[in-house]
Amino acid sequence: MTASTTRASAGRRFLRLIATSPGIPVGGGLLLLFVLIALFGPMTVADPFAQNVMNRLQPPSAANWFGTDEFGRDLLSRMVHGTRTTLMVGALVAALAGAAGVLTGLLAGYYHRLDNFIMRIMDGLLAFPSVVLALGLVAALGPRTSNTIIALAIVYTPRIARLVRGVVLNVKEQEYVTAAKAVGARDERVLWLHVLRNVTDMIIVQLSYIFALAVIAESALSFLGVTGSVLNPSWGGILSDGRTYIYQAASMTVIPGILIATLVLALNLLGDGLQERLDPRLKGQLRG
Amino acid sequence: MTAFIVRRLLSLIPVALVVGTVVFALVHMIPGDPVTVMLGSGASQSDIQRLRSQMRLDEPLVTQYFSWLTQTLQGNLGNSVVQQRPVLEIIGERLEPTLVLAVSATLVGVLLGVPLGITAASRAGTLLDRVLIIIAVAGISIPYFWLGLLGIIVFSVELRWLPATGYLSPFQDGLASVRYLILPVLALGISQAGFVARLSRTATLQVLQENYIRTARAKGVTARSVMLSHALRNVLIPIVTVVGLSFGILLGGAIVTETVFGIPGMGRLILQAIQQRDYPIIQGALLLVAMFNVLVNLVVDMVYIVIDPRISYS
Repeated sequence: MTASTTRASAGRRFLRLIATSPGIPVGGGLLLLFVLIALFGPMTVADPFAQNVMNRLQPPSAANWFGTDEFGRDLLSRMVHGTRTTLMVGALVAALAGAAGVLTGLLAGYYHRLDNFIMRIMDGLLAFPSVVLALGLVAALGPRTSNTIIALAIVYTPRIARLVRGVVLNVKEQEYVTAAKAVGARDERVLWLHVLRNVTDMIIVQLSYIFALAVIAESALSFLGVTGSVLNPSWGGILSDGRTYIYQAASMTVIPGILIATLVLALNLLGDGLQERLDPRLKGQLRG
Repeated sequence: MTAFIVRRLLSLIPVALVVGTVVFALVHMIPGDPVTVMLGSGASQSDIQRLRSQMRLDEPLVTQYFSWLTQTLQGNLGNSVVQQRPVLEIIGERLEPTLVLAVSATLVGVLLGVPLGITAASRAGTLLDRVLIIIAVAGISIPYFWLGLLGIIVFSVELRWLPATGYLSPFQDGLASVRYLILPVLALGISQAGFVARLSRTATLQVLQENYIRTARAKGVTARSVMLSHALRNVLIPIVTVVGLSFGILLGGAIVTETVFGIPGMGRLILQAIQQRDYPIIQGALLLVAMFNVLVNLVVDMVYIVIDPRISYS
């Protein structure tokens, strides 16, 4: 009896989740689908590098669902492989920016002496439009995918750092932190146990937005031709090639864009849903 | 007020210093020697040496940094290595298309986004609100450069109504330039409208919870009148911030959009300069774009004081 009650209430909880914050199941579900494609897709599709010049710039057909590119390569398999690149870049950028942002934000907020120095650097980085800073960083570091990840992580670190710092400044004044310090807790313990816990929810929400922004930025950089390599098919790269053949093969432009937009939509919906769920007060305020 | 402006201007100094240092560091990290790129692989060693010392690349990096900083502070951004002309002159020629694009797209974004956000907020919780939210999220999620490409496919390739690429200055021929500007401006503006709409909605919702709104409603003021004469002015304050933020994003967006539409603006200049290792141009262009962005946000802060007399910064 207990088991069935639990199952029923779990089912009801899930239904309520869908009803109240549909962003989480819809966005999360779509994201999961992309992750599955990235993990298992490449095993099921044709060779993304196999050329067939007799069959170039073809529209979608039964043999090539998404058509072919300027070398007659199958666009479906190139896009399935590109899913890996895009997801990897987005996830790693979010993770790195999150880690660096939390660290700098904690230091700036907690240690007054470091605050001014760290935050002026963050202000300086925020002065650049993000695409422009990413462009400069990629040019400086070189066009490898790993460098694109580092560049975008630097671009988005200040967003997290500012947020974390703000919360730290607030939490620092709370009585439980004073109490912890009074009983002799070390700085690290106060930071990890009391301060970080208060920012985790916000960071999770922000990371899904940064993931989304990084996906768009990565495609913009590949579109501009400053990043990406011939060995790594990417959605932005296909878009960029598609620009050249826009008169002959529109599907080369249309399909990768739909994929980018769907993934970004999934991440934004997930972020919104999480935000509603975790902190209704902040709804819609922290985007940018 | 004057004290506030002075303080705000002073706060620009550390930001400008960081921006300058970042720009200098980036440019000097770019792999490859500009001299060999410029002279080609067949250049003799003595030619390379001569050009290196002419460009002062043989000096220690710290010396180069301080002499660049001093020059820049005096308003001298140096000469383009490739074109042998002052960087400021070259940037001056390329600034207009980027600014026209960014400013018009900001207008489109605000004119579409603000009414959308306010409407959604005034009908909060209804089906209309939900639909508008979804439209706004979709707008944010569609890459603006792809929207531009779709525009080209539909209106240039298929319908042949509009040119796919090119630029004509609106100051030269206002009407004819619209044909070139309409696609890039709409592509950038529509995606920005989603961002503006979300923030406007949040801002309006917050104002609508204020006590004076409740009082007005209790006194029997109509919903329309509450919105227009009680809420709107207060909603405008956070929205001005959105415009400032938006402009920065669109400045970056304009740079990518220029590539889509073959518009000869700052973005094309920066990309070309990176390929040619034209250090002075990359430095000057990145510096100006960042400082311009900072200044716009400074102006936004000033506008606050004008629209909200309650705010005083003295």
